[in-house]
Amino acid sequence: MKLNLKIWRQPGPAAAGAMQSYVANDVSEHMSFLEMLDVVNEELQTKGEEPIAFDHDCREGICGTCSLMINGTPHGPKRATTTCQLHMRSFSDGDTITIEPWRAKAFPVLRDLIVDRSPFDRIIASGGFISAPTGSAQDANAILVPKPDSDLAMDAAACIGCGACVAACPNSSAMLFTSAKVAHLGLLPQGQPERDQRVLSMVHQMDLEEFGGCTLFAECEDACPKEISVENIARLNRDLIRATVRDRGQVHVESGAG
Amino acid sequence: MNLDAKVPGGPLADKWDRHLADLRLVSPANKRKFHVIVVGSGLAGASAAASLAELGYQVSCFCFQDSPRRAHSIAAQGGINAAKNYQNDGDSTWRLFYDTIKGGDFRAREANVYRLAQVSANIIDQCVAQGVPFAREYGGMLANRSFGGAQVSRTFYARGQTGQQLLLGAYQALERMIGKGAVKMYSRHEMLELVLVNGRARGIVARDLVTGEMESFAGDAVVLATGGYGNAFFLSTNAKGCNVTAAYRAYKKGAGFANPCFTQIHPTCIPVSGDYQSKLTLMSESLRNDGRVWVPKAHGDSRGPRDVPESERDYYLERKYPSFGNLAPRDIASRAAKEACDDGRGVGPGGRGVYLDFSSSIERLGEQAIRERYGNLFEMYERITGENPYRVPMRIYPAVHYTMGGLWVDYNLMSNLPGLHVVGEANFSDHGANRLGASALMQGLADGYFILPYTIGDYLAGAKLEKVDATHAAFREAEQRASAQLNTFLSINGKRSVDSFHKELGHVMWNECGMARNREGLQRALKKIPEIRAEFWENVKVLGSAETLNQSLEKAGRVADFLEFGELMCQDALQREESCGGHFRTEYQTPDGEAMRNDHDFTHVAIWEYQDGAAPVRHQEPLDFEFVKLATRSYK
Ligand SMILES: Cc1cc2nc3c(=O)[nH]c(=O)nc-3n(C[C@H](O)[C@H](O)[C@H](O)COP(=O)(O)OP(=O)(O)OC[C@H]3O[C@@H](n4cnc5c(N)ncnc54)[C@H](O)[C@@H]3O)c2cc1C
Ligand code: FES
Repeated sequence: MKLNLKIWRQPGPAAAGAMQSYVANDVSEHMSFLEMLDVVNEELQTKGEEPIAFDHDCREGICGTCSLMINGTPHGPKRATTTCQLHMRSFSDGDTITIEPWRAKAFPVLRDLIVDRSPFDRIIASGGFISAPTGSAQDANAILVPKPDSDLAMDAAACIGCGACVAACPNSSAMLFTSAKVAHLGLLPQGQPERDQRVLSMVHQMDLEEFGGCTLFAECEDACPKEISVENIARLNRDLIRATVRDRGQVHVESGAG
Repeated sequence: MNLDAKVPGGPLADKWDRHLADLRLVSPANKRKFHVIVVGSGLAGASAAASLAELGYQVSCFCFQDSPRRAHSIAAQGGINAAKNYQNDGDSTWRLFYDTIKGGDFRAREANVYRLAQVSANIIDQCVAQGVPFAREYGGMLANRSFGGAQVSRTFYARGQTGQQLLLGAYQALERMIGKGAVKMYSRHEMLELVLVNGRARGIVARDLVTGEMESFAGDAVVLATGGYGNAFFLSTNAKGCNVTAAYRAYKKGAGFANPCFTQIHPTCIPVSGDYQSKLTLMSESLRNDGRVWVPKAHGDSRGPRDVPESERDYYLERKYPSFGNLAPRDIASRAAKEACDDGRGVGPGGRGVYLDFSSSIERLGEQAIRERYGNLFEMYERITGENPYRVPMRIYPAVHYTMGGLWVDYNLMSNLPGLHVVGEANFSDHGANRLGASALMQGLADGYFILPYTIGDYLAGAKLEKVDATHAAFREAEQRASAQLNTFLSINGKRSVDSFHKELGHVMWNECGMARNREGLQRALKKIPEIRAEFWENVKVLGSAETLNQSLEKAGRVADFLEFGELMCQDALQREESCGGHFRTEYQTPDGEAMRNDHDFTHVAIWEYQDGAAPVRHQEPLDFEFVKLATRSYK
């Protein structure tokens, strides 16, 4: 099939960007979306034009590196599918496809379709962990975890940190991402000692980055390639209220405390 | 080249404990004075960096992705082995050790493998404490599954995302130390040079992949945790960014490269669909617990799978290896698939595929049970192929997956270059000529959490290091070399893309140095690769500049290294005149097509030493089997 592409090109973080048109010929329905872009890039280079920069690595839907806004939807039209796992059979001959980077103030564009998602790392560094220094652990089966809790924790832990939730949110909120980690750890017995501190620290860090607030549009859940549920946001909010009420968290200057 | 493995004496089971007691310690107050550079943030790098920082060392950690959480370890699906014997099925440290040594076809160091089995149990404890949501039984205990090459259930897993969950555990530990200021993290940085001062590893030169800036980092020891080099074949199950550059550039500085030809071809991957293909997708080995592998008995049978009656199917693994059946080790299962396809009984486009059929398990256990075990893998298969594996069998074919070879290290995980330590897939140490499933995650975390943090202290305590910082001339020189190479790429201005050369190399490697190798083929490759390389340096086209984010420029450096390294792999494969594990030389096989080792001449590690402008020199580390008897591997 033949496709018309409209792609965001931006030479660098400080440079102005613009949409540019390209034509992709001979696209096979079995190609992945990124393989289609590989072919376009190959052609561009032969013509002496710099290839389109886009982030990707595993191409298996697990590393969370790929990040394209396809026709205005993060990761494109297919539910629960990352860009790298999207195949061209989801499109038809003659389609026009617009491809843009994640749009969010907290995720500045570095080049073309590549953005800076380091705020996510800083949110984790602020408290998204259980403090268990190497060598301090007891026998694994000494901690029993009811299967339903463990399953729910795993559902939340499946987040790949791609940022689609932020890109989908009209407020560019990082609530789904943050809540998935708060829920994953908070649902497990091992996560209890730091539960209050964790939610306070992470929410504080989220506010320091330039993410917007959450007004429960739930667009994030629809866009999430791992189907992380907005129920996690409810869990976060409960934890936040509990922690604030218990007033254990004079918001810590030392990030990573807890 | 100093290749003393420094294996401690005494009974196998006591070696590590005795060694721990003998290791020199760095006092808490002095740890702060040492700076360790960790390149890589996968399971091995993240666990090492976090543990070293917890101990009090200053740590800098590097990765080329935009976040340490995206290292290739994230993609591991099936699970991690540990000798916990929670299933009460007779597992033990000894059994895990023996399975691993045997699985590796007796080409690994006994003492290292035994230690790996010993610390395996601590890994599970550590990960559970961090909140890794391993699968559980209804009683709240941890669940296990079985994996290839073992007759016990010792594999711990988190759905089909074990690597993801283990890496997130290590990543969170790392981020915790970053938050405390104990680790400085450099994401989107690529190490291009190892810097030696007075023969010791004292730092690296890395390029900031966003600004293009070349930067020097000095330290007291360097740890490479840079993963495997399966992408030498272009198509593999590895992430697109995986490469050999860090390891290869250390090799060019004098680090020995061990067994480069030992690569693992995984039997269950989705077959190639076209020449635009950019990578291959693994279907976890765990699927072989419930899936049965077959091809039609008749040659060129073009009926759909459901139209081939039971009596006309060849369940060839069950037939040839009755005691392990579909769970035969990877090298054996891969070769058997290739044989069936070479024999004209392959299925799907081009006849390069075999069926992995779940219908009898679905009948026995119900679709829901299968969905619970493998739901996400089935969905992934359907997304990629457009076929529903609950209805029709999967089609699979072997693909390059893992590299057992790597930089040579001693028992302390230090290379022959003092101060240069190598952990995870990047070293050669524990898997011999074939790795068993679920053992890479175990090794990466064993190295990073439980071995390196102790052994590196011994080095630092004894090394008497002079003060070196990034203004040292050795760093300037390395920066200049790295920049000069980038400028050369940009100035060639030829006609072909970097990728086209990578594909061409991959093709040669797959055909001549893949699942089956022989003298003629390897010699052909050794003639062909230098030709591709020569053309690369004359005709590659890299656009843009070195002062910006430039993905083709990054790739050019990696492919340039693969183009040299591929030759080393073929050289090593040619010189190892035996078949063992994943290294199958068609000249050396038994009458029924099994690998034939030559223990007399090849019970050793082959270690290659780089020579500037001359052929590399092959050294040997003899493997002494003191505690196990060399046996012919049999899974029949
Ligand atoms: C699809 C798939 C499934 C697998 N499933 C399993 C499984 O179920 N069980 C199992 O045991 N094993 C499995 N494996 C193998 C296992 O995942 C890997 O061997 C292991 O994760 C490697 O970990 P690592 O830490 O050594 O390297 P990686 O995780 O590959 O990390 C390498 C790190 O080095 C960095 N790096 C590399 N080069 C440079 C450079 N020049 N400069 C800066 N940074 C650099 C990268 O950024 C990255 O952070 C699987 C592998 C694949 C491909
Ligand atoms: S490239 Fe890894 S999730 Fe898409």
